[in-house]
Amino acid sequence: MDNTENKYIIAVLVANISGVLSRVSGMFTRRGFNIDSLTVGETESSGFSRITIAFRGDDDIKERILQQLQKLHDVREVEVLRAEETVIRELLLLKVRNKSETRQDIMTAVEIFRSKIVDYSATALVCELTGESSKIDAFIELMKPCGIMEMCRTGLVAVERGESCLKTVK
Amino acid sequence: MLISGARIVVETLIEQGCDTVFGYPGGQVINIYDELYNASDRLRHVTSAHEQGAAHAADGYARTTGKVGVVLATSGPGATNLVTGIATAFLDSVPMVAITGNVACDLIGRDSFQEVDIVGITMPITKHNFIVKDIEELADILRMAFKIAKSGRPGPVLVDIPKDVQTARCEFEPKAQPVIPYPIIYAAENKLNKAAQMIDSCERPYIYFGGGIISGKASEALIAFAEKIDAPMGCSLMGLSAVPYDHPKFLGMQGMHGHYASSKAEDEADLVIALGVRFSDRATGNKQRFAKNFRIIHIDIDGAELHKNITADLAIKGDILDAVERLTAMVEQRNNPEWQARIAELREEENERTQSALSHRYPKDCENCSVSCQNAGIPASERLLPYDIIDTVSAAAPEDSIIVTDVGQHQMWTAQRYPLRKPRTFLTSGGLGTMGYGLGAAVGAGIATGKQTVLFTSDGSFGMDLNELATAVTNEIPLVIVIMNNGVLGMVRQLQTLFFNKHYSGTTLDRRTDHVKLAEAFGAYGIRCSTKEQLRDACAKAFSCGGPAVIDCIVDCDEFVLPLLPPGGSIDNIITEIK
Repeated sequence: MDNTENKYIIAVLVANISGVLSRVSGMFTRRGFNIDSLTVGETESSGFSRITIAFRGDDDIKERILQQLQKLHDVREVEVLRAEETVIRELLLLKVRNKSETRQDIMTAVEIFRSKIVDYSATALVCELTGESSKIDAFIELMKPCGIMEMCRTGLVAVERGESCLKTVK
Repeated sequence: MLISGARIVVETLIEQGCDTVFGYPGGQVINIYDELYNASDRLRHVTSAHEQGAAHAADGYARTTGKVGVVLATSGPGATNLVTGIATAFLDSVPMVAITGNVACDLIGRDSFQEVDIVGITMPITKHNFIVKDIEELADILRMAFKIAKSGRPGPVLVDIPKDVQTARCEFEPKAQPVIPYPIIYAAENKLNKAAQMIDSCERPYIYFGGGIISGKASEALIAFAEKIDAPMGCSLMGLSAVPYDHPKFLGMQGMHGHYASSKAEDEADLVIALGVRFSDRATGNKQRFAKNFRIIHIDIDGAELHKNITADLAIKGDILDAVERLTAMVEQRNNPEWQARIAELREEENERTQSALSHRYPKDCENCSVSCQNAGIPASERLLPYDIIDTVSAAAPEDSIIVTDVGQHQMWTAQRYPLRKPRTFLTSGGLGTMGYGLGAAVGAGIATGKQTVLFTSDGSFGMDLNELATAVTNEIPLVIVIMNNGVLGMVRQLQTLFFNKHYSGTTLDRRTDHVKLAEAFGAYGIRCSTKEQLRDACAKAFSCGGPAVIDCIVDCDEFVLPLLPPGGSIDNIITEIK
């Protein structure tokens, strides 16, 4: 098996019932797998939720994670999303100090990154940014000298390009 | 009909073919107990001494019958006392439905009296679990619990039922049939073909099988397969009893305390065919060294076991009975005279090593021993040896007896030595290694089968579950309990002897428990023996007394379980003799 460490993004379709997130995240904990990010939300069908999990590991770890997930009773479908065939996005909300010395730098960055100011007060600005993680990381780096007050990022969400879909919800 | 949730529980259990519930009453299951009272002519309830004992009894019931074992306990401590029993069943793939009461829905989350999040607690040790918050879902959730428990690789499922769901009423119609398991997974044809090619082209095939052969009802198919390809077989602890002990192809349990011949034969094989087994660390030892010399075909019903502990050269997911039968049809009939000659040599080496180990037992360092010796005054040559105990008991026990063990040295001696003949006649906690498993499981086995049941235990393990002797007496179970009483926690002690400079930290019990008086206090028959002669006499009495009997066998504290692969070691480090 290939032992090089890769980044993986998997989509997990689960029954939309209470406790299912514990079952999924608990499996990672007790089997010693690490999660980089995890997002969960409803799908177009109210009976299902979709969990997007990003993790790093070798091919062996990826296979074990898939097998263990498929054993969970509430898990209906698991799929590895191939990065080159997938639209991957993350959302950032970042609150930064609103000072006259830095305001122009912030506005320039917001414009170039196609971010939006979604809240404006005399002392603070909230920027909203969506994009791939690397873009979010770069934006945060730019904002650091301006005085980040707090920030919140969602973790990855992802869907495949073109016709490909998870099969269960239809 | 419009009935209460409590009655739905009882009616659904009966509908699912359950005839016996093991449990312990309490405040949050009192409604269910009331319905058990009403249904006592259709559903037997056995009250244990402790919920853990009830869980092990349900496990024993399931392992001997192959049916789903059912255990019932109240909320809070009743539920948490099940945890070890559920985990034991989970690690050994035993089908079980555990039902717990809980406080009413509006009291949940408020740390109410005897409230505990048992669904959260048991999530990692069940195949799945449920909390029922709507009575309309109760019957179907219970049915689903049975379905999950017995489908694929079996295991425990827990259903937590709040008090108000038990008292609410709803329409219920029993189903005519128990739920059927999820469809069988059939092994892929091309993979089996590949396996057949690998087998046909190998020179020294070896079959390593596990508990999957028993739960998959594949004993006969396995034997036919082994005979067709002329392969020796060894098994994990969980695989014991799947193949008769005296089958010419069977070399016994392999691994940490396995037989020399099976562990060695596996290492010398060029192809290991692993069937219904998961390559536990106890069976493989050092994994880097383990599979150095052979290729592996691994077949299991649980895809998550493939490549988990060992990377197989060919991994096949599928029902074991179907896979073995189809594979048998594909492979060529063959004979491996050279390989079989080597196996015969290994058997001979094993015999020599065993004899040598037994003859080097004395003299012991008795003068410097800190254990208050119960064998004082008895000449060394007359003292009871563990294998003698097993041989004497097995000669006295009916052939179809159910053999149960606790966990420790006695467990390994029994696994190595007892002449097991039929599947589902050997019950032991393999995966979790639960000391205190034995007596509860023996109660369940005795009740499920009505057959003579024999529990091999030790003073350490027996001390963890002896309260269930009360249950055995009350239910007049034909149970003989053989205590290998050495005054120490022998399994840990022997590791301390070998690897911790004889620092016997915490393992010298120095208890003054009189097991004969203890048995009598519980209303059972009790007898002590220190020699083979006394043991023969004790067995005659114990097996004819009709009810539970305790035979307290005095064993030297420095008897060793051999062979021994040191922790993290391999076949290269096998210890077959202590000099």
